[in-house]
Amino acid sequence: MKVLVPVKRVIDYNVKVRVKADGTGVDLANVKMSMNPFDEIAVEEAIRLKEKGVATEVVVVSIGVKQAQETLRNALAMGADRAILIEATDDVHTDIEPLAVAKLLAAVVKEEAPGLVLAGKQAIDNDMNATGQMLSALLGWSQATFASELAIEGDNAKITREVDGGLQTISVKMPTIVTVDLRLNEPRYASLPNIMKAKAKPLATKTPADYGVDISPRLTVIKTTEPAGRKAGVRVASVDELIAKLKDEAGVI
Amino acid sequence: MAVLLLADVNDGQLATDAVAKAVDAVKSLGEVHLLVAGEAAAVEAAKLEGVSKVLKAADAAYDHGMAESLAALIVSLAGNYSHIGGAATAYVKNVMPRVAALLDVMVISDVTAVIDADTFERPIYAGNAIQTVKSSDAKKVFSIRTATFNAVGNGGSAAVEAVSGPTADLSAWVEDKVAASDRPELTSAKIVVSGGRGVGSKESFDIIEALADKLNAAVGASRAAVDSGFAPNDWQVGQTGKVVAPNLYIACGISGAIQHLAGMKDSKVIVAINKDEEAPIFQIADYGLVADLFEAVPELTSKL
Repeated sequence: MKVLVPVKRVIDYNVKVRVKADGTGVDLANVKMSMNPFDEIAVEEAIRLKEKGVATEVVVVSIGVKQAQETLRNALAMGADRAILIEATDDVHTDIEPLAVAKLLAAVVKEEAPGLVLAGKQAIDNDMNATGQMLSALLGWSQATFASELAIEGDNAKITREVDGGLQTISVKMPTIVTVDLRLNEPRYASLPNIMKAKAKPLATKTPADYGVDISPRLTVIKTTEPAGRKAGVRVASVDELIAKLKDEAGVI
Repeated sequence: MAVLLLADVNDGQLATDAVAKAVDAVKSLGEVHLLVAGEAAAVEAAKLEGVSKVLKAADAAYDHGMAESLAALIVSLAGNYSHIGGAATAYVKNVMPRVAALLDVMVISDVTAVIDADTFERPIYAGNAIQTVKSSDAKKVFSIRTATFNAVGNGGSAAVEAVSGPTADLSAWVEDKVAASDRPELTSAKIVVSGGRGVGSKESFDIIEALADKLNAAVGASRAAVDSGFAPNDWQVGQTGKVVAPNLYIACGISGAIQHLAGMKDSKVIVAINKDEEAPIFQIADYGLVADLFEAVPELTSKL
């Protein structure tokens, strides 16, 4: 079984986001970029499936700017076999919408015929939490979102999902799309020899036109602003002072 | 045109608070109809003020929030609606993007303000920026981040109408593991007491829970505490957990990582108890107490 893993290049999760003063967006020039952390978990799970003999090949695909090939090389260094980059923009500030990404991925799925797509549950830049569900809809496949456990059992997969009140277990028909949550696994670090080896692994470059997909956005961003700030309040010296403040000043207890 | 909201139903019960806040968020857009899977939940939903009709889906295929069947049903009903959405919960976020793709429209997740019929505000980058987006799609499909809205009352009496539609045979529910609790629900509680990595162990979370019980509060946790196994996943507050905005949020042993702040910084009053006086949580706390939580939290519990 082939496993397809979409990965996104996003601002590194440790970097403090700066909103541009003119309201046009977030400043991404000269900012450290990394693989979306949820996608890293998806890559790790795919590699583990290959190590267990469940998967035969792990193909990673990224959609965005040319520099996303660094993200793909990173996935190859972790242990993926092959990469596809769909160059959809040359502006690092352009975010391709999940609907367009899902359409491109659906075209890749038709070409590659994987038995499983493993995706991160959301990207930490637009926080949309949509691509996996949209891809599943376009393909008419089953879906399992927010997965914290995954077991492939023949023609079905059993997935434990992190839901509002706790955990839910479902069984889905293969082929399927699973979006992964934080606690599915702990992604490995790529070793230096594997980083070197990854440079020789195949990376194909495509464009949206190759797949005949229209990626024009449906949402127009009117403005991007900083959220209302919160100032530091006061330090209290003791529990007694805290209780007094909460009762008399804040009136919340 | 009217608004169709998918109501959260967990184990046959309506998630009343989340649904009531979503109704509040969209009431300016037109007549509000609720789609509810299940008999008892439909009865509850009909009481919500501002709801003009409840569509009750009785087929078991729609139970347990199974996305494939629910999305197919919503798409079959979509012709009557200009707006389709729900509260931004795991239940609704599982389904809405699927609905949007089937309708060939973009989904707008985690809406925090409805500006007009086409324009919405939503947080990006873990709430570090707020984007205003205008949709050019014929139908708007969205989810509502409920923390900033007020629940509508339960004095209504909407008509209940049975609906049926297509189902999909792609997935099956196996089981839910939901911890029974007498505490208020995390996203609707007036007070939340949260523990972080500093709590140190699952056993030590008892002192967080004791303070919560004294205050009739919900218990939350940071991602670090959940990842370390100190607290269950459904207690997680943050960018990828639950977003809360209680009157009082007490953070104990939580350093204040960006992704945690994203889930609680709209709380009215924030208290931080941490022995590290440099912890970033103090930069947003209204009241900061630099102290060992193992001494300060039990003392607080006993003196309240």
